[in-house]
This record gives sequence, structure tokens and C-alpha cells, in this order.
Amino acid sequence: MSYDEEFQFSTLAVHGGRVPDAHAEAVVFPIFQSATFAQQEVGVTKGHSYSRVSNPTVDALEYAIGALEGTPQAVCFRTGMAAVTTLFLATLKTGDHAILSDVIYGGTVRLFAEILNGLGVSHSSVDTSNPVAVEAAITTHTRIILIETPGNPTMKLSDIAAIAEIARRHGILLAVDNTFLTPLLQRPIELGADISVLSTTKYIEGHNSTVGGSLACHDEKLLERFRLIRKTIGAIQAPLDAWLTLRGLKTLPVRMRAHSESAAAIAGWLEAHPAVSRVYYPGLDSFLQKALAERQQSTFGGMLSFELNAGPAEAIAVMNALKLWIRAESLGGVESLVTHPATATHADIPPETRQRLGITDGLIRLSVGLESADDLIADLRQALDSVFGANQRRSVNHEVCQPAG
Amino acid sequence: MKFASRLVSFDVAPGDPFRPMATPIYQTATFEQEEATGFGSYDYSRSGNPTRTVLEEQIAALENGTRGFCFSSGMAAITCITRLLRSGDEIVAESDLYGGACRLFTRVLERTGITARYADAGDLEAFAGLFSSRTKLVYLESPTNPLLRVVDIRQIADLAHASGALLAVDSSTMSPYLQNPLDLGADIVLHSATKYLCGHSDVTAGAVVVKDDELAKQIYFLQNAEGNAIGPFDAFLFLRGLKTLKLRLDCQQKNAQAIAEWLEAHPQVTGVNYPGLASSPGYLLQRKQARGAGAVLSFTTGSVEVSRRIVEATSMFSICVSFGSINSTISLPGCMSHASVPPEVGKVRELPADLVRISVGIEDAGDLIADLEQAFAATAIAPEEVAEEDASEVA
Repeated sequence: MSYDEEFQFSTLAVHGGRVPDAHAEAVVFPIFQSATFAQQEVGVTKGHSYSRVSNPTVDALEYAIGALEGTPQAVCFRTGMAAVTTLFLATLKTGDHAILSDVIYGGTVRLFAEILNGLGVSHSSVDTSNPVAVEAAITTHTRIILIETPGNPTMKLSDIAAIAEIARRHGILLAVDNTFLTPLLQRPIELGADISVLSTTKYIEGHNSTVGGSLACHDEKLLERFRLIRKTIGAIQAPLDAWLTLRGLKTLPVRMRAHSESAAAIAGWLEAHPAVSRVYYPGLDSFLQKALAERQQSTFGGMLSFELNAGPAEAIAVMNALKLWIRAESLGGVESLVTHPATATHADIPPETRQRLGITDGLIRLSVGLESADDLIADLRQALDSVFGANQRRSVNHEVCQPAG
Repeated sequence: MKFASRLVSFDVAPGDPFRPMATPIYQTATFEQEEATGFGSYDYSRSGNPTRTVLEEQIAALENGTRGFCFSSGMAAITCITRLLRSGDEIVAESDLYGGACRLFTRVLERTGITARYADAGDLEAFAGLFSSRTKLVYLESPTNPLLRVVDIRQIADLAHASGALLAVDSSTMSPYLQNPLDLGADIVLHSATKYLCGHSDVTAGAVVVKDDELAKQIYFLQNAEGNAIGPFDAFLFLRGLKTLKLRLDCQQKNAQAIAEWLEAHPQVTGVNYPGLASSPGYLLQRKQARGAGAVLSFTTGSVEVSRRIVEATSMFSICVSFGSINSTISLPGCMSHASVPPEVGKVRELPADLVRISVGIEDAGDLIADLEQAFAATAIAPEEVAEEDASEVA
């Protein structure tokens, strides 16, 4: 067991992979806002030559993320999409094939449709919640599978260990986008995946103030390949953003705990509300894959979605009536956000596909922030009442709803 | 709204057309005028800056005050308050005072004819005995640092007001989550925001909040005249840090309670100062005027050498000055943060030389206690060493 693994996550988040500032012993690592680094003599550096290739502050973030992932130093990128782009450029060439979760983030679908397909790289969108379907989609050209679990926005889960076993049998790579849960709540690499993908914009940085991405794995050759692609296409994280992400990372355990507890309380409250027909939250007993969630996650996270006993007009009216919840895209930050997937995050997906994925026009997605759960519930209550009328409320006291987790 | 919501739910960018989630960093020194003789809301960043305004309004709201002022350091904030005094005026201060404040009062202010007197505010008669007709400012911390003495803020506020003096309370060890001195009668609340408010050991900053408009006008005048206001980027980091204040402190306080109880039961520990312990003399008063005991504590071992070895043998506690950050720190206040206390003041305060101060972070409590356990074990001193050392102390 390594030094880092001996420590609990809350300790790891503060100290994990900490690179001491050799010059001044600063408790907080410096921001090396420098494009280039002097060579001691021609061709001899102290490890950094040019900030497109590597940078000490980005290094510090990479050690910290690696410590959380339980891997060597991770590779950090300017955005989550820069990480995903690098992932595929590093593992695929013309003629190769990739398998993607059918609920994968729309930006990844666009990457294939607009760029990679044109370069002769093909892909299949597969319902990865069914491992049999994953295996059936594998061809002799398949090189990599990318799954997202929980899937956005209906929280559909994919069984990481089962898919990892299939991937291993076929000699192909499995990458897991773990943005919704972070390595704190779900350990893709320990479950058998090869690569962990994060949009650090979300929970990792956690304050809605940077964009970024990371890739982590055990395979040093693959890590070197990611770094080569990153330097070639110029996709490295910027020093200040790396530093802000490092700062955010330190409170990840306390934030994830609060996000999860509030989300569980809100999910339970929504489920008991007469205007709500369905709540998608892996911690609820009604969630079809709860057993899988309990097996591969340590808790259920801060994301959920719900459907109303009504059409899209009412869903939008409820969203517009919210005062505390902010109508905005993205997720995982300190502020609670609400989105309408059908017209926002998933608007590019054809209506019939959306229907098949359960992304109805009445579906509302919530990213639960750090406000008091009571205040967030009170705001949801007044918004639902304003659209459906207070008389719809049941006599039960919705406030004292037990967290489902 | 509850405190957790107030930390997150406020207008982070008033009037901004792009409606960002994070407050924009207005890294600009000056602002264009609409006409030659007319200014907009802002003209020059020393006088005011939009990033700073968001911060100052938020900190004022959290402290239940009306105006907030943020500075480039806690000492800049304290200095600004002392500028309310004139030559000949006097300060009465609680004796367990941050060394830097003590240095300011004694070595800087005395050159301008302002004098400070110190006493333990727990001894109300002795404290009241320091007042004179020239007393204009009463200054205290509660709980104090590093002895964690709890001062009855309302009682001292009444005493100060009866003499026509202002009461300023440095609430850095509490933050507005745990204590609101303005609600307890103080006129001014100050913070070294470097501590819990920013919380990540990455900003030095100070804050002042008041509820009186006339006082606010004077402080704004001084802040602008002396030019010590916080810069835009630090204001942004301050705002970002504030959002997790409750989460951090909940966790830190829980860890601190566990560590204090562990220390209290340890045979090598001769005393623990933490107002969250039922055995602490300040326990009941702290419960009355605050909503928690915070995450700074101190303890003694009876031997300077043992204390020094413990401080050096810990591996998870960084040896450094400052407190309130997510990472745990340990120090010997007599040699570090309070080394700037002038000897004449040192006599009044009787800071034990074997005092170890701990600021508890958000690491896992089990890891922290395990580290302290190994540090105590590593510092076992042969009895004859202790005897020799004690003799030299007396000498």
C-alpha cells in the first residue's frame, strides 16, 4: 500500500500528492504563470521547458488527482472535451471503432459526428446499461468503450465491472466518465476500467469558476501517449485554472457529502409530491438499478431528475417559478442549478431518440448545491404550488422526509 | 434563508449582462468616465471595485451588519479601526491578543500618542479599572488566541458604551457562521479573513463590518484615504472560499472536538484549552454567545522540550503560523505567532512557554489523532532530562 492509500479521502483531498514548493515551502503551491523555463545549460532543464508541454502548477494538480484516483500522476486538460478528444486521438486511428453509452454527453457525440467520423473513425451508441448489448456491438475494429455512469440526465447506470470484464476478454480499453460521482464516490479503475475521465469543471473544482478535464490510468505508456497528444494539439490546462482546481479539490469530500445528503432529501420529497410522476435518483428504493448503485458507488451523489404529471409547458413554468435554483447548464458546483434537458443539454438529440432515452419534454434535471436542503425544498414547493395549485398538496408533511440514502 | 443558503445564494454579479455563476474579476485600476466631469459607479479601484463590492456586501450580510470593508490583510483592517483614534486617546484591550495587534498598538500607535492598556477581560473589575475619560476603543478577541478564553461580549459592550467608547471584536476564531458580535452589542466586528473566511491558506485578507452609518462613512473614508483595500483577484478568491465556510467549519469543528477530547484524556497533557470541552471555564458562556467552539485549540505538556518535540514530530500538521485553513497546522505560539508581543505585555498575559496551538483542518479525524499519537510516543523524554530542564526554566 502506498503512502497515499493509507489515508482517508478527506485527508487525501487536502494532502494527497502534495508537491512541496521546494523554493519557499509555501503551504499552497505557487501559480507558475510562465510560458517558458530557463535552461541551466543548452538542453538541460529542471523538468519543465514550455507550458504547453508541462507546467509545475499543472503538475501539482495532476499529482493530487492521481492520488484521489489511486493512479500515477493524472493528465490535465483545458476542458473536459479536450480530455475526451485526447482520449480518442491517443487510442484510435482511421478504420478503428469506438463504443459509446447512448446517454453519453452530447459534446462527445458531436466530436464523433463532426470530426472523428470524417477521419474514418466510426462509433456505435449502445445502451451500456445492458452488458450483453455492449458485447454484441464489439467488432474486430473496436478499440475502446467509453461509458458514462450515472448517465445524464436519467441516472441510468452501467455495470463497470461487468463491462470491464468484457473489454478485457476482447483486448479493448474501457474508459469511464466519472464526472457525476468523482473518485470519491465511485472507483472505476478499481472496478476494472482502464481509464478514468473527469470534467473537472464539475465537482472536482466545484465552484463553477473554471473549465477543465483530466485522464487517469495505471498504464505509463498510455499516460505518455496522452501527454504526447496533449502537447501536439496544445490542450494542456492553464496554470491559474489548474491552481483554482487544486484549491477546489481540497474541499471535495465535505462538498460531496453535503451534495449527496441534500440530493437524497430532495429526491425523497419530490417522490412524495402529487405533481411529480417519477424521480430518477439512484438512492431511491424506486430506482430500478438501486442494487447496482449500492454495489459500485459509495453513495448516490448530487444529481437527480424528475418528471411531472404534465407536459413541457408546466415543466418550464415550474422552472421559471424557482427563485433559489438557478436556471443554468453545467452541474456540480456550490450553487443549485436546474436544467430542462429536452431544450438545453440534449436539444441536439432527435426527438425520437430522446423519447427512447426517457428524456421527455417534462423532465427536469437538478444539480443540488450547498444551500440548505430545507430552503431548496421550500423553493421547489412554492414553484410546484404556483403551477399546480397548493390544493394538490397531500396532507403529509413533506419537510420531514427521510433521506433515501 | 438558512446560513448554508445565504453563503451560496446571493447576487454574485449585480447588473452583469452575462449572468455568470462566479463573480467577475475586475482587474482594472481605473474606470472610464462617461463625461469629463461625471463619474459612473466606479472611478478608481482604490476607492471602489465591482468585485470588491460584491464581497463587501456579502460579508456585511453574513455578519448582520449594514456595511462591510475588505482589506489586504487582517492587520490592515485592524490598523484602519485604530485610525478612528486621535493623539491622546486610549485603547483598552483584552490581554490575550494576537501578537501583531499587540505590536501595532504598542510599537506603532504609541509613536502617534495613542496608548493601549491590557487586562484579562474575564476579571471585569480589573478590566473596568483600565478605563479613563480618554478611552475611545475597547478591543478584544473571543475566543482568544491562543488561550481560547471566552470573553463576555455583551458585558464588555455595555462597559464600553457606558464610557462612550466603541467596542471592536476580532471574531477571526469564529467567523460569522459561529458568532455575530454585532448582535451581541459590539460596534465593529473584524476578521483576519486569511483564516476561516478564505479558508484555504491562499489569501491574506481582512474584513470589517459595522451597523452604524456614521461609523461606516468614517471607515470608508479611511479605507480609501490609506489605500489598503483588498485587490480584485484576492476579493474573488475570498468570495470563492466563503461559499464552503459552513461545510469546512462543520467538519473542522467536529474534528477539533474529537482531538480536544483525545488530548484531555492523554496522560502527557497537563491542560487543554478548548471552549467545546465541558471542563473548559468558558464552556457555558461560549454556548450562550456563539453557535460552536470553532477549530482552534491549545494544550500544555508541562515541558517546553516535550512540546517542541511534539510539534516537530507531527507529519500531518504543518508547522506554521496562521490558523483556520482546511489543512491542519501546529505551532508554539510563544516562539512564533506571538513572538512579537513586547516583553512588558508578555508579563501581563503569562503565555505558557510549553503551550502548543493546533488549528484543526478537514482531514480525517482518525488520521490526525493517529499522527498526534505517534508524535507523543516519539517524544518520550527521560525523567532526568525533564528534571534538568525544569531547573533551567526556574533559573
